[in-house]
Amino acid sequence: METTDASVVARERVRELVDAPLTREDRASLFRYMATMRASEERALTLYKQGKVPGSFYDGRGQEAVSVGAAYVLGPRDRMCILHRDLGAHLIRGVTPDRYLANYMGRAGGVTGGKDGNMHFGDRQLGCVGMVSMLPDMALVATGMALAFKTRGEERVAMTFFGDGSTANGQWHEAMNFAGIHRLPIVFLLENNRFAYSTPNELEFAVDPVERAHSYGFTGVNIDGNDVEAVFEAARTAADLARAGGGPTLIECQTMRMHGHGAHDDMSYVPKEMFEEWARRDPIDRYAERLVAEHGFRPEDVDGIREEVRAYVDECAATALASPMPDSALAIDGVFADSSEPLGDGHAPWSRWSHDGAGNGAAPMERRAS
Amino acid sequence: MSAVEPRGGASVTAAPDSDGSPSGAREMTYLEAISGALREEMRRDETVFCLGEDIGAFGGAFKVTEGFVEEFGADRCLDMPLAENAIIGTAVGAAVEGLRPVCEMQFSDFISCGFDQLVNVAAKLHYRQGVAVPMVVRLPSGGGFSGGPFHSQNPEAWFIQAPGLKVVTPATASDAKGLLVSAIRDPNPVCYLEHKGLYRHVRDEVPEGEHTVPIGEARVARSGDEMTVIAYGSSVHLALRAADELDEDIEVLDLRTLAPLDRESILGSVRRTGKALVAHEATRSCGVGAEVAALITEEAFEDLDAPVRRLTAPDVPIPFSPPLEQAVLPQLDDMKEACRALLAY
Repeated sequence: METTDASVVARERVRELVDAPLTREDRASLFRYMATMRASEERALTLYKQGKVPGSFYDGRGQEAVSVGAAYVLGPRDRMCILHRDLGAHLIRGVTPDRYLANYMGRAGGVTGGKDGNMHFGDRQLGCVGMVSMLPDMALVATGMALAFKTRGEERVAMTFFGDGSTANGQWHEAMNFAGIHRLPIVFLLENNRFAYSTPNELEFAVDPVERAHSYGFTGVNIDGNDVEAVFEAARTAADLARAGGGPTLIECQTMRMHGHGAHDDMSYVPKEMFEEWARRDPIDRYAERLVAEHGFRPEDVDGIREEVRAYVDECAATALASPMPDSALAIDGVFADSSEPLGDGHAPWSRWSHDGAGNGAAPMERRAS
Repeated sequence: MSAVEPRGGASVTAAPDSDGSPSGAREMTYLEAISGALREEMRRDETVFCLGEDIGAFGGAFKVTEGFVEEFGADRCLDMPLAENAIIGTAVGAAVEGLRPVCEMQFSDFISCGFDQLVNVAAKLHYRQGVAVPMVVRLPSGGGFSGGPFHSQNPEAWFIQAPGLKVVTPATASDAKGLLVSAIRDPNPVCYLEHKGLYRHVRDEVPEGEHTVPIGEARVARSGDEMTVIAYGSSVHLALRAADELDEDIEVLDLRTLAPLDRESILGSVRRTGKALVAHEATRSCGVGAEVAALITEEAFEDLDAPVRRLTAPDVPIPFSPPLEQAVLPQLDDMKEACRALLAY
């Protein structure tokens, strides 16, 4: 943005100083996490094509800004239920790509140790309860976490994701309704990626689901889900509101699933022009341009992060491939718990938390890359 | 593997398994025992809370939580909207965050509306991710009062097909207390089936103070040598009455827990008596009776003097009209006839 009006420049500068939530390093992190999600998923798809991934393969190509922008606002003691298009959120909370890749391959080193596959994981020690295939079941689980926070008077927030398809299911209503009744500290991220498997929006709902938020007694906001800072800003506002006792927010992120539902899906139902239009709005390329145009990054800075991420994911893939398959004796192990432990805290790389001294700081990959 | 294996060693008296030393015992109804146990646990542990439909000011459809709102406040006796998946699902979220939720299904039948959260989320979380889900789902079950097809069911077999759920079915007031306390303290989701027909009709001595009954242990409700009736819930009382009226040497084994099943106690009793009748009010096919019969056939075939028999409801919905309902639910005469036939075999 160029302007010659000194007062505008000054006002903008003051706003940044007072209100700017993102440091230069934060912006580099946002970019790095999105790039890491993309590179990890590309590597997983390659492993799938090589026959190393049992079952099918699911990714969030084109949706990286949603999980990264949203999860970045969370403090260590906040909690998440993350979905299958949201690898970025796992990375931010501290799951390293080798554990993700190993999980896809059913290896012992995967997050679930082979008990569950693909994106059906959550690291409980990092404050996450992993998804099930029935959607949006986790919206109710996250609502229950928020209920616990509110009951105990804690300034914590729960966050969960679901797709446009989920908004047709009754459990979506049950979660929204209950969260609204008790003004629970929860942030609902609706990823409208245009299709529920192959079913387009117009066959999923008559009215855009974000319009329903006010009828549950809280705010719904509709944002560009391919703009990582827009997602961050909406999630930050929502999380701060929730912590202050203001209740839930529904954030609808307009985005596009740039791969099929799974690797077996050729997306023949997606109009070519629609796909091409969204390809021009790729969240990672857009952010790279913006970092250079607006935030003082040099092109080589951005390229450097991409290079560094590629090398890191290569290393993680090697680690995952070196992980053994699980011992088959474990198949009947762990049906019941012998004791119950609370969830652990997640990483919180946003500078706000490290400035407060409350964060666990950056995830391992960020530390090594600095 | 170890956690899946049940514990053996059925005990003979009504309330023998207390971990603590009860200061005394008091006679009360099954309903009072449930309510009292819940109240004591909520006093003992502030993380324990109840959620369900109409449980607050109204005290619950069967008055189990009567007076709870006054004592514990609305946050710990939480009136839920009419949304069973929300009851179970939010309980899962609260449980993983360190609370101990006790959900009330107004009738066990309504668990069908919350089944997804129970079997797909709660039951599988520990196996999949090592996340313990300490929660209880109280399920008022059973027929005999013209509740019709949607207020009379015995859904226990549904849960047993979902590994990760424990299933308990107390028959006495003492066990109602002891098993509820154990269920609340268990780190797993526990389905607690409380038979509505027992609420006000069953009275027995309940230890005061600390009283737990281990999950996974059956109980010999009546000792005998000629045959074993393996029962749970309301059928235990039917079996006891039949045995007394027949005045025969019949053993009655009260399973108390259906998952994990106390295999040792079942096999131990049947190996001694040589004859087994498995009795329950739930429908027949693939029910608990089928599982117990298969277990006995696989593990104690050489000790049998007769085929394993079952006394169950037939595979029909529970009808409304009294003569129809009585034709479906096993009655005392049916139990006596089944015992007579097996004794004569």
